[in-house]
This record gives sequence, structure tokens and C-alpha cells, in this order.
Amino acid sequence: MIDLKGIKKIYANGDIQVAALGGVDLHVGANEFVAIMGPSGSGKSTMMNILGCLDTPTEGEYYLDGTDVAKASGDDLSVIRNRKIGFVFQGFNLLARTTALENVELPMLYAGMGGKERRVRAIAALESVGLSDRIHHRPKELSGGQQQRVAIARALVTKPAIILADEPTGNLDSRSSEEVMAIFQRLHASGNTIIIVTHEPDIAEVTERIVRFRDGHIEGDEKVINPRKAQAHVIEEGGTAT
Amino acid sequence: MNFFESIRISLRALRANKLRSALTMLGIIIGVAAVIAMVGIGNGATASITSQIQGLGSNLLTISAGQSSSGGVRGGVGSSNTLSMTDVSKIQVGAAVKAVAPVTSINAQVVMGRGNTSTNITGTTQDYEIIKNVTLTSGRFITKEDVDSNARVAVLGPTVVTNLFGDANASVIGKIIKVNNVPFQVIGVTTATGSTGFQSSDDMITAPITTIQARLIGRKTVRNILVSASSADLMQTAQDEITAAMHRAHKIQPGKDDDFTVQNQADMLATMQGVTQTLTMLLGGIAGISLLVGGIGIMNIMLVSVTERTREIGIRKAIGAKSMDILLQFLIEAVVLSVLGGGIGIALGYGGSSLVGKAMTLDTSISPTSVLVAFGFSAAIGIIFGVFPARKAAAMDPIDALRYE
Repeated sequence: MIDLKGIKKIYANGDIQVAALGGVDLHVGANEFVAIMGPSGSGKSTMMNILGCLDTPTEGEYYLDGTDVAKASGDDLSVIRNRKIGFVFQGFNLLARTTALENVELPMLYAGMGGKERRVRAIAALESVGLSDRIHHRPKELSGGQQQRVAIARALVTKPAIILADEPTGNLDSRSSEEVMAIFQRLHASGNTIIIVTHEPDIAEVTERIVRFRDGHIEGDEKVINPRKAQAHVIEEGGTAT
Repeated sequence: MNFFESIRISLRALRANKLRSALTMLGIIIGVAAVIAMVGIGNGATASITSQIQGLGSNLLTISAGQSSSGGVRGGVGSSNTLSMTDVSKIQVGAAVKAVAPVTSINAQVVMGRGNTSTNITGTTQDYEIIKNVTLTSGRFITKEDVDSNARVAVLGPTVVTNLFGDANASVIGKIIKVNNVPFQVIGVTTATGSTGFQSSDDMITAPITTIQARLIGRKTVRNILVSASSADLMQTAQDEITAAMHRAHKIQPGKDDDFTVQNQADMLATMQGVTQTLTMLLGGIAGISLLVGGIGIMNIMLVSVTERTREIGIRKAIGAKSMDILLQFLIEAVVLSVLGGGIGIALGYGGSSLVGKAMTLDTSISPTSVLVAFGFSAAIGIIFGVFPARKAAAMDPIDALRYE
């Protein structure tokens, strides 16, 4: 699914060259549930950008779903992001003034999908995160947890190869965090490949594998024995129980 | 992405900021409206002046006296008194020349009973009727006999009748009017032509030139000689014939300055039309500048909008928008603003120019061409001034854009 070989990312800041990533090898197989951890400045955000095809490595090879994407640029990366990657951000990053439904339809819009199919799939995705009664609400009419669930629906609606979540619970209270993690756990159970960047150990415990970064290198890579089950008894008003 | 989807997204963004969109459009609205109105009014003025000049007579050539020159001071055209009744008889009516009539005129106080008015008294001959296409509502025009016998007869314009008798339809034939205390018998009333302004053919009295010279002026002066050419094609031939006849009559040797000038109505028309067209261009040009300023306004707002929506651009790019999708989205916004503004501007300009047309009795005409040009121009402005902000948006790096607060 994901194969990184000798990935380096070097930022030139005047005469000083800073290596954010100093040669990283990483393999993530299909249907894995991985947490990337590390202190700030460890290179995990850079890793996230490269994994998400928002940025390209200075050196190295990156095979995503069988294709080499390390050398792709601009519009090619846009297409790869659209087809293979679903993003969930810390700040939700939903379009304001746009309903939940339209937000979820957006990636399919850029994929050139017809209006009817977009709608059907968007509604299904929103249902799967327990928001079928909120589809016409705008982001500011939704709670943080609900907004993040809309973002998850948007990420999974294109059936991407991987779902990348960058501190998905960073802006949420503990209850909403648990609910969001429960959804990720469920998505993983139904066959999705998920990578979560976090610095919270209790969030990482929910995943099945933890990759630790420090100073641009992988410091540790261990399986989580007996992952914690996210405690989401009920998904807020009108949602489906998990 | 589908083009119509792009339009939908753009319209939604414009609706989200209604006040700002409206204010941005205002620049284009004013610019287009000004161009349309100015060109419309200019065309109306040209048409009006053309019809006024054509109303002076058909295929008209006007001979004026030359410039006087005394003590080194040169006067204007007609400042010397070199035209005479003899000149009139030297210009022969023929294939090219249809009719010749001398005119001289004074302004005088006219009295009829208790009514009185100040008007223009034009002395001329019977041929004036042909040259000026004079038509009468009652009575007759002056005849050769009237001219030969210095008859004290007068043909009144309808405005004069109204001023003297209080009613345009008053029966005035046979009545006696006094011009500077000289009695004249009214023999006819001309049809209203609707001409206004200087030398209105409705506000004048026509009388035999001999009578005017003898009774009112006291000298045998001829101010102009009017000549009607047989057709528009023969204007130049007629002008050449007249010039030759005048050279003989005034014994002007070849190479010497003429002491008269011949004005061609077509030349006058061309000159006046040139003037009004230049004015129209000038006004349209000034209005065009405001259109340009409107375009810059659009660019300004679009740049602000792009900066404001950096995060939105980042989100769209992260989930798969290509540069072209973003470019189109912002470009369409700019074009919609300018085209919508252009449409409203055309309507306003049309309304404005017909309003001015009504107020100034001008036949303001707005050609479909000028509407099309204005519309195309505003669309072009949207594209030209929209491209820069749209390119700026499209070129954004998604990582930086997403991080933008």
C-alpha cells in the first residue's frame, strides 16, 4: 500500500540546510491502522505532508498503491490526492457557508462525478458517521465533534487507498475525541487503511501500530498489543450507537 | 470539473458577499452606463445637427461676401459688402444650378395692432421658395412681380403669427403689419417646420428683397446668395459654375484672392458631423476611463477575496482541485461581476440617454453594436482584471494555504 524508501526532506533556509527528514524507510500494508507519534520538530508533520502528497520529498522513493508519486508535481498530485487519499485535519477544514452535504460532495465534484451519484454517496457517507439528520447544516451550526465527523465522511466518500488524519482529536474534548476514534476504529474494521498523526498516547493506543519519530528519523516501530477500544457509547443526538 | 459546477461555485461565493459584490459591480455599472449614454447622446446630437443643416435647404450652396481688410485688420467672412443684385443675374440657372436667390436680412420690431414682436425680416426673391422648400398653410409666396415692383408684402412664419395675433390659426391674409413703421400687407403664412434655435424658419418674415433694401436698410446690400444645385451629385459642378460666374462678375484675375466664399452644405454637414463625432469620442473616452477604473476595482476586490479565502483554496486543493479548477472559479467570479455590471450598466445607460433625449428633444439612438461592444468590453475587463487574482489563487501551495489563519 505505502512504501517509503530513503525519504529525505531538506529545507534550505538561506545558507543553512535543515533536514526535516533524514532518510526514512516505512512500509504500511493494506488495512493497517497506524499512529505516527513524536514531539514537535520530530518531522512527523513533514512526514504527513509527504504521505498526503501535499509535498514531495527532496530524495527517495514513495510508492502509493503501486505508483511512484515522489516525482509527481502540481496537478498530478492534486489528482493523486483526490483519488487515493482522504484527509482529516486538526482544524476540520470544512468550507464555511457550505452545508455538510456539499462539503462531503466536494472531492467527488473535483473527480468529475455526476450530481446524482455524488449526492447518494455523500448521504451514505454522512449516515455512516451518524450525521444523517445534519446533512443540511452548515459547519458553524455543528459541534466540533460533528464537524470532524463531516470531515471524516468527506475523507472516506471517495473510497481512498488511505485515510490520513493529522491530529484529528487536537481540537476536540475527550468525549468527542473518543467518538471520533471509535469511528476510525470502525472504519478500520471495515477494511480501510488509516494513518493518524498524534502526540496523545491514549489516542495512539486505539491504533494497532505506533511509529515514533525523533529528529527526522524513525525511533521506534511497534505493534500495539491489545488496542484499547474507543469508548463511544452513543453518538450524540439521533446518531447510531456503536 | 464541470464548467457549470464552476459557475455554480462562483455564484455562491458572490451571493455570500452581496454588499461587496454589488459595490464592486457599481464601478462597472457606472462605466458602462456612462459609455452607452454618452455615445447615445452623441449620436442624437449628430442626427439633430444633420437634420438642422439639411433643413436649411436642399443641396444648398451659400455665397458669402469676402473678408474686408482695412489698415491691415482682416475681418471675418462676409465682413465686406461685395455681393450685389448684379451677381445674382450673372449666375445662370441651368443643368447644375436649379435656382438662385439673394438674401439680406435685418432684425426689426414688428407691430400689428396691440401685438408686437422682434423678429428677423429676410428680403429675397421668388426662388427662395424653391431653394428652401417653403410650403404655405395659407396665401401665397412673394412673386417676381412683387420683387420688381418693390411691393410691400410679407410672408409670415407661424411663430410670428402666434406672437402678433395670439393664435397660430388666426386669419391674417390681407392684414397690415408695421415693420419699423413701414406697413406691409400679409400675403401668406408658412408651414411650421419645427426648427428651433438660431435662424428658425418659423420665426421670420419673408419679403421682397427690393422692398427691404429700399424701405428698411436704405442700401442695396446683399448678404448672401443662395444657390440650389439640381442634385447632390451636381453640387461640385454647380459650385464650379458659381465660382466662375463670380470671377467674371467681380473681374478677379486668376491667382488673385477671391472676394467671396462659396460654402457647400455637404462640407458644412461633414464639418459639423466631424465636430460632434469628435465630441462623442471624447465623452465616450472619458466614460471608458471610468470603465477601466471599474475594472481595477474588480481586480482589487478579487485580490482581497483571494487572500481572505486562502484557507478555502488550501482545502479545495488538498481534496483534489487542480490549479485550473481554482483559476476558473475566481476568473468566473470576476467575469460574472463585470458582465452582470455591464448588463445593468447598459440598461441604465439606455434609460439615461433616452431621458436626456426627452429633455433636450434629441433623437438619442443606441445601436445594437454599441450594446454588444459594451457587453463584450465588460466581459473582457472581467477576464483581464480577473486573471491576475485568479492566477494568484491557483498558484497557491496547499500546505501554506492550509496553514493560513
